Amino acid sequence: MDLRTRSHPTWIAFLVHRVSGLLLALFLPLHFWALGTAIEGEARLEGFLRWADNPLVKAAETILVVLLAAHLAGGLRVMALEFLGWRRRQKDMVAASAGLALLAGLLFLLNVV
Amino acid sequence: MAEAASLKVSVWRGGEDGGFARYDVPARANQTVLDVVTHIQRELDPSLAYRFACRVGMCGSCAMTVNGRARWTCRTHVRKVVDADGALELRPLANLPVIRDLAADLAPFFDKWQRAKGSFQPKDAPDGAVPEDFAVVPPGSKARREADAGIECIGCAVCYASCDVVAWNPDYLGPAAMNRAWTLVNDVRDGARGERLEAVAGDAGCHSCHSTQSCTERCPKNLDPSSAIAGLKRTLFWDTLLGRR
Amino acid sequence: MNRSRQAIRGQTHLWVVQRVTAMLLAVAVTVHLVTIIGAVRGGLSATEILGRLQGHEGWLIFYVVFALAAGLHGAIGLRAIAAETIGLRGRGADLAWLAAGLATAAFGIRAAIGLYA
Repeated sequence: MDLRTRSHPTWIAFLVHRVSGLLLALFLPLHFWALGTAIEGEARLEGFLRWADNPLVKAAETILVVLLAAHLAGGLRVMALEFLGWRRRQKDMVAASAGLALLAGLLFLLNVV
Repeated sequence: MAEAASLKVSVWRGGEDGGFARYDVPARANQTVLDVVTHIQRELDPSLAYRFACRVGMCGSCAMTVNGRARWTCRTHVRKVVDADGALELRPLANLPVIRDLAADLAPFFDKWQRAKGSFQPKDAPDGAVPEDFAVVPPGSKARREADAGIECIGCAVCYASCDVVAWNPDYLGPAAMNRAWTLVNDVRDGARGERLEAVAGDAGCHSCHSTQSCTERCPKNLDPSSAIAGLKRTLFWDTLLGRR
Repeated sequence: MNRSRQAIRGQTHLWVVQRVTAMLLAVAVTVHLVTIIGAVRGGLSATEILGRLQGHEGWLIFYVVFALAAGLHGAIGLRAIAAETIGLRGRGADLAWLAAGLATAAFGIRAAIGLYA
């Protein structure tokens, strides 16, 4: 792939949106499976949550929070373009979405540690 | 920038399975990329195939891939695209069949304008006759402003060659055809709105656009096909939800 | 209505579902992120989660809608990726993606009911 034609902010925003969407879609069934353990009782859910205290899991969770926030913010930008016709200042909106995603990740980290 | 005395130009020769040939072209002040190609064809190798007509950015026939990006070569100054050692890489437009050398076959591009119902269908005179009276379209009206925003397209196919979705789906109509469709959807004199929206819907149409906005980024006329496609999506969204189609 | 028109209509409907679920998710994900960031303060516990959700119809309805929207939105997104990268297209594939989305959603709704009951 020729990156000389794919370096503008809205293209990078597309790439982030696609990669985050792909990873979130693959994570979703796992997430539902983990929550489903609650059906087997509080002890089973508690056991899962204690396993999730592992720092590696916390790191993965932080990445997921950033991906989710990035997909949300990027999606809002696309829908503003599609439904409200906000064609101006696309680059600023890309930057704002990135800021929002990183802020969500930071807040999560500050609260989880 | 210190200018190199000569440009090292790599030019695509042959068809799809061709390769690059190297030419040394003297660097000059205010030289355009089209000037470089013309120099090669006139002075170095008369068999070079390329296309141009007006040389002033009106006809849309001289677009090529210059150092990886689709550009109109007649209005692209060499000093804007060349690096310090004077290297220039020229290929035919991407996403289109190669006829020979720098000439791409634009037939699929224009076929898609037809498929997107890119021609005006007068409401008052379906048989193509001249209407009795002039239509009054206030310049300040929203529809008129939307149509005006996309009307200056010269059909150079730079957007089409820059679009990833075209590369991924050969059936995809592409930015220029849908930009044209959007100007006509906003033309109050036009009578083919329904058919046109039908033609631009679905996976081969506006619904596959991912708003990478490469079209808007590259359009030499500074048009915004990405927003035109967004307009088609918006119109189709409400028409579908409200059962108007 | 001929076959290709019908196919285009189906593709358009999938896109409309994608955007309607996106609008629902815009609200739901915002609530979800705020909840997550609040809940992880001082550590997660099963008692805390169940205390928030058990017997609360409001949260149950929220999570049922959320799971349905997320399942469909994800599947339609994967459909576009599969079409553009490996060329997987067609009515059969579309129906399979729809089924995968609904199955994922059902899985999530099952979990939401588990946390409510």
